[in-house]
Amino acid sequence: MQKAVSLSERKKFSVPVNKILPFLIPIIVILAWQVSSSLGWLSSSILPSPLAVLQDGITLTASGELPKNLSVSLYRATVGLLIGGGIGFLLGFINGMSNTCRMLFDSSIQMFRNIPHLALIPLIILWLGINESAKISLVAIGTMFPVYINTFHGIRSVDPDLLEMGKSYELSKKQLFFKIIFPSALPQILVGIRYALGVMWTTLIVAETISANSGIGYMANNAEDFMDMETVILCIVVYAILGKISDLVAKSFESILLDWQKTGRSKA
Amino acid sequence: MSNSIINVKNVNKKYDDLVALHDVNLSIDRGQFIALVGMSGGGKSTLLRLIANLEQPTSGSVEINSSDSKSLTRFMFQEDRLLPWMSVLDNLSFSSKDKKTKKHAQELLDLVELGDYADHFSNQLSGGQKQRVALARALMTNPKILLLDEPLGALDALTRHKMQDLILDICKKQDLTTILVTHDVEEAARMADRIIVMKDSTNSYEEDCPKNRNAGQIGVVADRVLGEILDEKPVRKQLA
Repeated sequence: MQKAVSLSERKKFSVPVNKILPFLIPIIVILAWQVSSSLGWLSSSILPSPLAVLQDGITLTASGELPKNLSVSLYRATVGLLIGGGIGFLLGFINGMSNTCRMLFDSSIQMFRNIPHLALIPLIILWLGINESAKISLVAIGTMFPVYINTFHGIRSVDPDLLEMGKSYELSKKQLFFKIIFPSALPQILVGIRYALGVMWTTLIVAETISANSGIGYMANNAEDFMDMETVILCIVVYAILGKISDLVAKSFESILLDWQKTGRSKA
Repeated sequence: MSNSIINVKNVNKKYDDLVALHDVNLSIDRGQFIALVGMSGGGKSTLLRLIANLEQPTSGSVEINSSDSKSLTRFMFQEDRLLPWMSVLDNLSFSSKDKKTKKHAQELLDLVELGDYADHFSNQLSGGQKQRVALARALMTNPKILLLDEPLGALDALTRHKMQDLILDICKKQDLTTILVTHDVEEAARMADRIIVMKDSTNSYEEDCPKNRNAGQIGVVADRVLGEILDEKPVRKQLA
């Protein structure tokens, strides 16, 4: 009885600590950064203070410049991911399901995958110029492969015993896919999407820095020309926040779609 | 008119150079409970898979005497093979939205005494409970033939005993023709109407079990069957 009480008490305290702990290091770093700037240990031309960056963020938000560039970057990232992820999923699906398709396409895809997609920037600028389609294409190429590889392997590694069970219980091909193959491959597909989200932001930063007249990357590049350190740091912070939000979205998808992996009652 | 529902005629099965079944001939009557016993590699599971149409014989034929042989046969595997992403109820109905199917699934869960677990996931169940769900799933289409491939092999003695009673009860009530593959001769002697020994890739010996047998009779039958499998004289013959 004594043990049960002490365990439940410990649980009460462990919940807020678990919530706070991930934020501890960023908070300490920001505080140390602010103190160093305020005491003059850090020159504002090298690293402006967090408060100065925040002030810059408020000014740029009020002027509408930050929201405009942010929405442009979000649009490019989302469309690029949808196209690249969609193609990656489709190729992973057909190659995973059909040996003929795998033999026909997989080798060529693997060859293409090994070319660093950022090395294609000069070619894409020459083909598509510096308009939206160039940046979206680059994001699409970058995000396609992680989704492809994980979908392909997810489908290929479906437990053959479960497939045999499905066939012996006379499930149709459509049922076999939706009831067994897809749910079985889903954890791996979601890993691919999570990885693709990281690639998506990296690609977009590079694409917007090299050839753009809008977007967060452009804002950072433009600020660099004017030695505007606050905006440069602000853009980096915005990218970090966007990356974290993407990861949280991916995680919440995982927790909704892979509910069964957790212990607890089914919602069925 | 013959009462047989399964006819295995001159069946041979080869995997490359390996002979899994050699000239097997077998006739099984409606409503019979058959146990296939024997050493590993004797061809028990292969024969069961051929009857289930999961594999095709190299030569010979397996005939099921029914107008719709497919959905009349259901296979219960050694492992539960439940889909971990579906609830227990959905594992039976394969997530069907049809109310009748759901109701039938719930009735079968009640039958295997798992009615309260309908909305659980399989990873929340014990080994015995999972096999009961698998049994309920096998009964979903109201089969006439139930094929059991060592489904109780991994269970503890007590759970195994309870499952044996449950299977016997269901098979009797639903008038199922059942074939049970097992390594356990005591289990075979306890459950089956007829025991078939698979040895050297063929059915080498058969034994009809007495009705309403007691523990002593079960022991004697088990001993005799074990003697046939191991080519040894039965120890408890004098009790027969």
